[in-house]
Amino acid sequence: MPKDHGIGASLKRREDVRFLTGRGVYTDDMALHGQTYAVFVRSTVAHGRIKSVNTAKAAAMPGVLAVFTGEDFKDVGGNPAGWLINSRDGTPMREPKRPVLAHGKVRHVGDAYAAVVAETYAQAKDAAQQIADDSVIEELPAIVDMKAAVADASNRVHDEIPDNLCFDWGWIEDNRAAVDAAMQAAPHKVTLELVNNRLVPNAMEPRASIGEYNPGTGDYKLTTTSQNPHLTRLLVAAFVLGIPENKLTVVAPDVGGGFGSKIYHYGEEALVLAAAKKLARPVRWTAERSESFLTDAHGRDHVTKIELGCTKDGQILAIRTETLANVGAYLSNFSTATPTFLHGTLMAGPYKVPHVYVNVKTVFTNTAPVDAYRGAGRPEATYSLERIIDKMCRELNLDPFEVRRKNLLTPDQFPYTTPVGLVYDTGNYQATLDKAMAMADVSGFAKRAAESKARGKLRGMGLSTWIEACGIAPSHLVGILGSRVGLYDAATVRVNATGNISVMTGAHSHGQGHETVFAQIVAEKLGIPESSVEIVHGDTSKIPFGMGSYGSRSLAVCGTAMTKAVDKIIAKGKKIAAHMLEASEGDITFEDGKFQVAGTDKAKTFGEIAFSAYVPHNYPLETLEPGLEETAFYDPANFTYPAGAYICEVEVDEGTGKVDVVAFHCADDFGNVMNPLIVEGQVHGGVGQGIGQALLEFTTYDENGQLLTGSYMDYPMPRAEDVPFYNVDYSCQTPCTHNPLGVKGCGEAGAIGSPPAVVNAVIDALHRGGHTHVKHIDMPVSPSRVWSAING
Amino acid sequence: MHNFDFAKPSTIAEAAKALAADGAQALSGGQTLIPTMKQRLAAPGVLVSLTGIAEMQGVCMGDGGLHIGAATPHAVVAKEAKAHYPALAALAGGIGDPAVRSRGTIGGSIANNDPAACYPSAVLASGATVVTNKRKIAADDYFQGLFTTALEEGEFVTSVIFPIPSSAAYVKFNQPASRFALTGVFVAKYADGVRVAVTGAGNDGVFRWKEAEAALSGNFSADALSGLTVDPDGMIADLHGSAAYRANLVKVLTGRAVTAAG
Ligand SMILES: Cc1cc2nc3c(=O)[nH]c(=O)nc-3n(C[C@H](O)[C@H](O)[C@H](O)COP(=O)(O)OP(=O)(O)OC[C@H]3O[C@@H](n4cnc5c(N)ncnc54)[C@H](O)[C@@H]3O)c2cc1C
Repeated sequence: MPKDHGIGASLKRREDVRFLTGRGVYTDDMALHGQTYAVFVRSTVAHGRIKSVNTAKAAAMPGVLAVFTGEDFKDVGGNPAGWLINSRDGTPMREPKRPVLAHGKVRHVGDAYAAVVAETYAQAKDAAQQIADDSVIEELPAIVDMKAAVADASNRVHDEIPDNLCFDWGWIEDNRAAVDAAMQAAPHKVTLELVNNRLVPNAMEPRASIGEYNPGTGDYKLTTTSQNPHLTRLLVAAFVLGIPENKLTVVAPDVGGGFGSKIYHYGEEALVLAAAKKLARPVRWTAERSESFLTDAHGRDHVTKIELGCTKDGQILAIRTETLANVGAYLSNFSTATPTFLHGTLMAGPYKVPHVYVNVKTVFTNTAPVDAYRGAGRPEATYSLERIIDKMCRELNLDPFEVRRKNLLTPDQFPYTTPVGLVYDTGNYQATLDKAMAMADVSGFAKRAAESKARGKLRGMGLSTWIEACGIAPSHLVGILGSRVGLYDAATVRVNATGNISVMTGAHSHGQGHETVFAQIVAEKLGIPESSVEIVHGDTSKIPFGMGSYGSRSLAVCGTAMTKAVDKIIAKGKKIAAHMLEASEGDITFEDGKFQVAGTDKAKTFGEIAFSAYVPHNYPLETLEPGLEETAFYDPANFTYPAGAYICEVEVDEGTGKVDVVAFHCADDFGNVMNPLIVEGQVHGGVGQGIGQALLEFTTYDENGQLLTGSYMDYPMPRAEDVPFYNVDYSCQTPCTHNPLGVKGCGEAGAIGSPPAVVNAVIDALHRGGHTHVKHIDMPVSPSRVWSAING
Repeated sequence: MHNFDFAKPSTIAEAAKALAADGAQALSGGQTLIPTMKQRLAAPGVLVSLTGIAEMQGVCMGDGGLHIGAATPHAVVAKEAKAHYPALAALAGGIGDPAVRSRGTIGGSIANNDPAACYPSAVLASGATVVTNKRKIAADDYFQGLFTTALEEGEFVTSVIFPIPSSAAYVKFNQPASRFALTGVFVAKYADGVRVAVTGAGNDGVFRWKEAEAALSGNFSADALSGLTVDPDGMIADLHGSAAYRANLVKVLTGRAVTAAG
């Protein structure tokens, strides 16, 4: 019987009741007394010198309350990058200040250089157009292509950065010579150049922010679409506006998806706060979809050359990569960590590879900022690696399943220190590979291929054995490596007098299902029903602290903090019970919601203990404080390392080049699974995004820096008909060794492991169809690209 | 969106009068016009809705074939044309999504004459007649290039009359983002010959592939096309496909449409 409650039960998400009945409350749903509307004036050119911004006419237009330009924020601090990266020569990265509103220059289409606040949205919009009409921006040649950006030193995104390079990072630089030598000596060498396509995050809810200011108290409030309200508060307070942290509340209410794009602090948030102060009225802004396309931090955008040295029978000896990573026009908060420590450190994959070296040059261009997007660096690493292994198999005529098996780490090798600086704590990669092969009925492929052929289609099968690192940690290590923040999380467990519980979590849920899963864990541990547990998140005035939700960290990091806080509750409960039951604390056991004197039937329920803590009539007041509320901060000892094997089958229509994903099998190891239903949903979503990246999504700027795919007329999102019924298994479980729940992250896995499986399957289909000249097709593997590859 | 006045006439005559006013523009399903207005790319002073005119609604058999009122939504055509002209009904049922099909209309579609729209191929391949408040226009004369038609100032489509072919099919290859036709081919076989109309591919909008028509009029099978080539010159090249790719699609999809028509 599957469990119907507590850890491991497939409970339906409680938050879906409000989401599916239209009762979610998103930022844009909030109507505030006296509210005003902000509209931004955005650059229509990718690169330009601001000659003049004339706001006089706009300021006099009906309903206009305030007008802001870049000059107004010239002296406030910049929005910083959260991670300092040093170049190979030891020099620190170039870090241009990211302004609230552009001044001096505009650096990408959509870059805001002025803003209007008016009584109505239409009035603000009219006035914003007036400012655009009254401004003079001298267009400069746009810097779009990364290779051209680093080659041409005369044209600069930031005038003070001569070569458009943010940094040139080597990982691990000291190993470079040894890797070169190993590559040189390898009996066979494979080379592949590939593009990891830029993606627009496309959260269903566009970004939105409301600023409020109370002149009576000096308190500010920012309601905003954020994945981590505390980080936003910290950035606004410490770096951007200098508002004291204790005078600023940041609330992230229901948030309709983020996928990374809502981790960061954006200038619009600072603007609505500054405007609210000026006007002493609420100021609101909601992005139009075209603003989302132009200004949300995009994802991926790497151009990579990867080389692999191996024996003739497919033993990998060395891997070397050179990557150009686009950061766009400004450094978004995690933009320097993503292509480096979240990418280079994964380049050994789940394999025992003795020599690995990664070089990443990060480049400024006149495009939207690029930052972490579901998977953040690990999809880029996994794609490069799994594609080149597939190419190696083709060049050497080896079986891709056996080659992976030969190179995978074996269970006896853990803990395993990789040549790129991670320590994998545990895993069983053979188990997930075996499982996936069984799920996919690999031996039955020939029959299915024949059946496809009878329908005029080429069928192919692609494999990816992936690993990822999530729940980034520990703080002291990331600090040494350049992180400017800690990577712990926090939770408070408040037992109310009547025995029910409020849990305040630093992790923010914007589609993940925390309110359900976290409640299951507390319910299990305390032996009470889930309905007694309420999860509170997304409000800095209620929550102790938090580093937010990204990098598949919520359960492993914040869930552990919560678990530790619950343990403290139990420990205190034992003290109270010992007093009430006149026993010694060491004799009290806690099980199924009962504190009991071991070996007797003397017991107190959890509810009785809670009541006693708040009505302490019979209570050890001389040694114990009343009340029952505990907070824990948790800083993990290591990342967690989910891993798995994905097998994709596609059918290719040679006439049109169209690829259909006809089967997708996932064997994942997420350690212990708290709610299988939610885990499966996370995998579905991730694989859906991976298929989107592999087959559909592309972000194209023309040579003038105009975004050609700036709406759903041209930016293809995956739809139901583009994805198959997924076959997902999570029964291979090697629990994480360093957190008490034994959990790993599952939120990004699908997006990390799936793109190479899809592309490998397409190449396989083409080879089976006799198109053996096709070595590679860049993502998205669109119909026209497939057709051109076949006929090229 | 800018402010505008709104008129909802109930007869063709009233509509003609309303549309004669300065700055007036016809509104049918609004699936193209409203988004354009929201983006402030169009700002008509008066919107004249055509959806309240009974004479411009509905699907029925009549003189010359199937009559479809210009303000008939795609969803209604998908349902009601099925018994008379299944290929046309299938085309209507494949436009956009349910919301678009419930609002968007045949008149709006062919008045707009988007180079990637589906209906123009059916109208042209069927040799249909476009009826306006002023005259009747043969399909071959009606479509005049990208977003351009024979309609004159103040003239609007009131219905379209489709002669019924003995067999026909529309095969659409979706543009991956918009799901309009990256290329779509409508093949219709009549007693006096086969007509093939291509949408989505041509730089000048919908066009007839006359070589294929000649070949298929002699032998209505996909094999009849094997010797033909489509010149990429004049084909649309964009993010979603080169001119050569579209030329290939024209041939591949025509073959598939012939096979589907049977
Ligand atoms: C998401 C989406 C997907 C779509 N997918 C497809 C698709 O796959 N295939 C496809 O073919 N189309 C597609 N469309 C277009 C849609 O089907 C409509 O046909 C199209 O928007 C125009 O019809 P309408 O009735 O909405 O016209 P409107 O938007 O009301 O008007 C369009 C233009 O025609 C003028 N006009 C309207 N009616 C008349 C008339 N009777 N006489 C003269 N002028 C007139 C208007 O003034 C305006 O200039 C899609 C649209 C959307 C929004």
